[in-house]
Amino acid sequence: MRLTLRIWRQTGPDEPGAMTTYEVDGISEDMSFLEMLDHLNEELILGGDEPVAFDQDCREGICGACGMVINGQAHGPERTTTCQLHMRHFNDGDTIDIEPWRASAFPVVKDLVVDRSAFDRIISSGGFISAPTGSAPDAHATPVPKAAADLAFENAECIGCGACVAACPNGSAMLFTSAKVVHLNVLPQGAPERESRVLDMVGTMDAEGFGGCTNTGECATACPKGIPLPTIAAMNREYLRATVKGGKRRTG
Amino acid sequence: MALATRTPRPPSLIGSVWRSTVGKKTIMAVSGLIMLGYLVSHLFGNLKVFFGADDFNGYAHWLRTIGEPILHHGWFLWIVRPVLLAAVILHGVTAYQLSRRDLAARPQKYAHQRKEQSYATRTMRWGGVILTLFIIWHILDLTTLTVNERAEEGHPYENLVASFSTWYGNTIYITAMIAVGLHIRHGLWSAAQTLGVASARRTRALKIASNGLALVMSCGFISIPVSVMLGLVD
Ligand code: HEM
Ligand code: SF4
Ligand code: FES
Repeated sequence: MRLTLRIWRQTGPDEPGAMTTYEVDGISEDMSFLEMLDHLNEELILGGDEPVAFDQDCREGICGACGMVINGQAHGPERTTTCQLHMRHFNDGDTIDIEPWRASAFPVVKDLVVDRSAFDRIISSGGFISAPTGSAPDAHATPVPKAAADLAFENAECIGCGACVAACPNGSAMLFTSAKVVHLNVLPQGAPERESRVLDMVGTMDAEGFGGCTNTGECATACPKGIPLPTIAAMNREYLRATVKGGKRRTG
Repeated sequence: MALATRTPRPPSLIGSVWRSTVGKKTIMAVSGLIMLGYLVSHLFGNLKVFFGADDFNGYAHWLRTIGEPILHHGWFLWIVRPVLLAAVILHGVTAYQLSRRDLAARPQKYAHQRKEQSYATRTMRWGGVILTLFIIWHILDLTTLTVNERAEEGHPYENLVASFSTWYGNTIYITAMIAVGLHIRHGLWSAAQTLGVASARRTRALKIASNGLALVMSCGFISIPVSVMLGLVD
């Protein structure tokens, strides 16, 4: 396959960036999107140019590192991560636009790499449980109802990729934050911090400069892990419950 | 050194709700639902025009007698008005503040734009602006009668017919009622999400309810100027 790529190039956080056009040839339809970029980078390096910087790690769809916006869609046209997107979903001769996640809470570091540490700060403000140290408890010491276990698991699938923020017209992190809150709030292990968790994580999310939710649903459409939109409603319910119960924040 | 035993005063309930995006959105949803509740009863009342001037004017008069003898004549309306005014102001202020925040959170557009992306949100924003202007016009037209052609106090039926006999009266009204329908269509569903009522099981029912109510409200309100234009109501 022969492709025209228009890629956002930016040398550093405070540098101006621009869409730059590259022609690549010899792309196999069995390549993943990242392998296609590797192929481009090899040519750039051989030609003495700076390779395109992008985030990646596992290349098997579980780490969430490989975020980029392809033709205006987070992770491209398929509902999966960029590393799991294959070139067979494109046609010979296509022009493909590749851009970094756009959100003021995710500043560009270089080219397609953005700083997603705002997510880490949301997690560290409440995305944990308090467990006694010492020997591991018996696996069945705390019974978990099946429905709660399933719901927790569905939300635990979130890999923190940030596609929801990138896709949202408001740069909102509600889908990510709600997946993390609901994951722990439905489990008995998460019960001691049930109120402070949601208040703290929403507070941190706001402080990081993410936008609010207008329920357009772009996030859930973009999410490679299928976190559904009603998860946001579930977090709102937790937030209102914590507020009415006079829950206290641990931080902030 | 003594341990600090005094914890800082916890933030007030109202303060923390007001500062949080989720809290602001809750205020927006509740005030929106108050206005929606009013609008539903308003439509019911308005449809009385189809039973003639006496019925309609009698209904308008009855509104002023609700609560008598405990309430004085006309007091009921004066209780409803501040509540509605508070709802409109809170709704507008939170909508404005959240919209500003949302735009700031996404300062840079994608070079590759997809059209449909923020359809609902944009419709809500310009629709809200249209509705604000309409509410002002509507009060000047049929409540204070400042801009009404006929402006006869105590004769709402005749004033209404006069308003809908002008091209501008009809244009403004019908545009606003289309905007109201679009606003309710997304707004009711959105309020259910915001208040945590929505769930995977209820999504379909909520969307159907929002679309259905939106259609009923738009068509119901628009039927009145259309009937005046067709001469069914005069
Ligand atoms: C003052 C004029 C108005 C403005 C500026 C305005 C603006 C907005 C905006 C920007 C939203 C958020 C949309 C979104 O979630 O994407 C909204 C939501 C809503 N509006 Fe309005 N609106 C106005 C009047 C009304 C009226 C007259 C009604 C009553 C029918 C109404 C009912 C609602 C409801 C129920 C919501 C949903 C709340 C939520 O998102 O949770 N609005 N409005
Ligand atoms: S909710 Fe989905 S899109 Fe958002 S960070 Fe988690 S996995 Fe990625
Ligand atoms: S590289 Fe890990 S999810 Fe794509």
